[in-house]
Amino acid sequence: MLSVARRREARIAYLFLLPALIIFVLGLIVPLWNAFQLSFYDLPMGTPWADREWVGFEQYTRMFADSGVWSSVWVTLRFSFWVLVIEMLLGLALALMLEKPIFGASIFRTIFILPLMVSPVAVGLIWRYLLDGRIGLINYYLESIGEAIPPLQAIGFTSHTWLGEPGLAFFAIIITDIWQWTPFIFIILLAGLQALPSEVVEASYIDGANWWQMTLFVKLPMLRSIILVTILMRLIDVFRALEVIFILTFGGPGRSTEVLSLNIYKTAFTAQAAGYAATISILLLAIMLILSIGLLFISNPLTEGEDN
Amino acid sequence: MATTTTTKSLSTEAARAEMPRKRFKWGMFWQYVALITMSLIALFPIYVMILTSFKTQVNIMSDTPQWVFAPTFDNYNHIFENNFGLFLTNSLIVGITSTVLSLVVSGMAAYAIARLRFPGRGFMAYSTLIIRMVPPAVLAIPIFVLWLNFEIFLYNIIDTTPALYNMEGTDPYAIAEGLVDGRVAMILFYTALNLPFAIWLLVGFLKQIPRELEEAAIVDGASQWQTFTRIIFPLMRPGLAVASIFTFRIAWNEFLLALILSDRNTRTLPVGITLFITEQGVQWGRIMAMGTLIVIPPLLIAFFSARQIIAGMTAGAVKG
Repeated sequence: MLSVARRREARIAYLFLLPALIIFVLGLIVPLWNAFQLSFYDLPMGTPWADREWVGFEQYTRMFADSGVWSSVWVTLRFSFWVLVIEMLLGLALALMLEKPIFGASIFRTIFILPLMVSPVAVGLIWRYLLDGRIGLINYYLESIGEAIPPLQAIGFTSHTWLGEPGLAFFAIIITDIWQWTPFIFIILLAGLQALPSEVVEASYIDGANWWQMTLFVKLPMLRSIILVTILMRLIDVFRALEVIFILTFGGPGRSTEVLSLNIYKTAFTAQAAGYAATISILLLAIMLILSIGLLFISNPLTEGEDN
Repeated sequence: MATTTTTKSLSTEAARAEMPRKRFKWGMFWQYVALITMSLIALFPIYVMILTSFKTQVNIMSDTPQWVFAPTFDNYNHIFENNFGLFLTNSLIVGITSTVLSLVVSGMAAYAIARLRFPGRGFMAYSTLIIRMVPPAVLAIPIFVLWLNFEIFLYNIIDTTPALYNMEGTDPYAIAEGLVDGRVAMILFYTALNLPFAIWLLVGFLKQIPRELEEAAIVDGASQWQTFTRIIFPLMRPGLAVASIFTFRIAWNEFLLALILSDRNTRTLPVGITLFITEQGVQWGRIMAMGTLIVIPPLLIAFFSARQIIAGMTAGAVKG
């Protein structure tokens, strides 16, 4: 039984939460509920809701047998794996380099956050230009180097149709993602490194540990939970994002760069199957939910340090 | 005597340790080589975009890249004559409105979560985080379906209500059209997508503000609402600054929902730029000019508020 004062406090709290709740319900809960409903209906895109046709679990069985969906899941997983591994290594290297206050550290830091601020559509367009088979700068320089040093031609220093071949297109979306998102990992790991208790690091220094030992056996173990949270946050973002790939390859050639989000978009707006697209999006939501619960399990800043 | 020598030798040793070592440090050298290389890689694509925006189509299509050329403003003139003003207005309306709305609403919610006790508080905290993970692609389909049917629903009401369609002086269809305007939808959905992050950030921020000021205000007879508007909101300013950078950036850059919700009159800049990808080919000069203009505001923010951006990105991952 709540006391009068506590009940009054709760009532005020709900009033303060009301606007947020209204926006959540209208902007997120209603659409999500609608997507869930839609997953059981056949509805062509752009037709009135009244024309929907109940099909039960038919679209779910169709999805589990759909090789296109599984290919998208596989592309998403491979894509996440490569970008995470490379971005973590690069980001960590950069963070370790800028950890000590060196001359120009703040300039470098500002430069490194610039790619994060560029609109994903612009990122896609810039890289589509750079990777263009005919006028792209990347081909131009590869070719120039290959011509200058002919033996290098054998190991790829020639023109490529970057966005036209499955393997290369996959490589292209990875490179683009690394360019934009390595800075994010760098920023978080840098903050993590700088928040480490200096006594422990100093103690290991006095004990005669060299730089490698200090990094591998002292700093990295202490950063473990931050690294895990960063990986999960990036993983969630990789699963969410599709804009860069939308502009760069639109999933092609074939399905070689079609991540799950893009598969959903194409099913809904190219194949015009709103119901089936909603079914696939339930699969994506389920994957996201597992990832998010993992993230909450490791760290929840909202309930941490609760002492009141 | 002995004491002075030890002190002296200690101080010279300390001085030696303090003194910058004269010999060249290879470690430091390679560190700078690596940092400068990385900086060039980070800057190069942005530089190429800006440079290309001043090139003619002939220049862009030439086989060898031109680094020195007579700059032309043709691309900029062309986009200014082709609805750039309209796209910019739409982007600003959507960006500013959803940012202001997110700040006010998330400020209030964060205050409740961080300071007040109520049943369901833990649930609110968790659901806020989970909602942060919803992919825009998942929302795009129901939003498109719902928005279309909202329009049908409104027109049906007007068509079947004589009092409405016979109304004098006002055009009910125009009002309905205003309600189903893509920009209204964008503001609603961007605010909804931004709220979880903003609340998350502000709760963390509020927990670092001591409670004494609010308690004093309450003791002095201020109401909860007055305390919030007069004491808490102003104190939250640094946190709100961080939140506003992120919410504005999302609204300014967002493409997918803007693409499906907008029509000819409500397109935002990221949707407008894709109009230059045509059947006849990509109009690179115009795309780069518009890309440059889209990227300028976020880049300026990055230059002047790098500290706030870093604070926002590390919130949650790193415990301060």
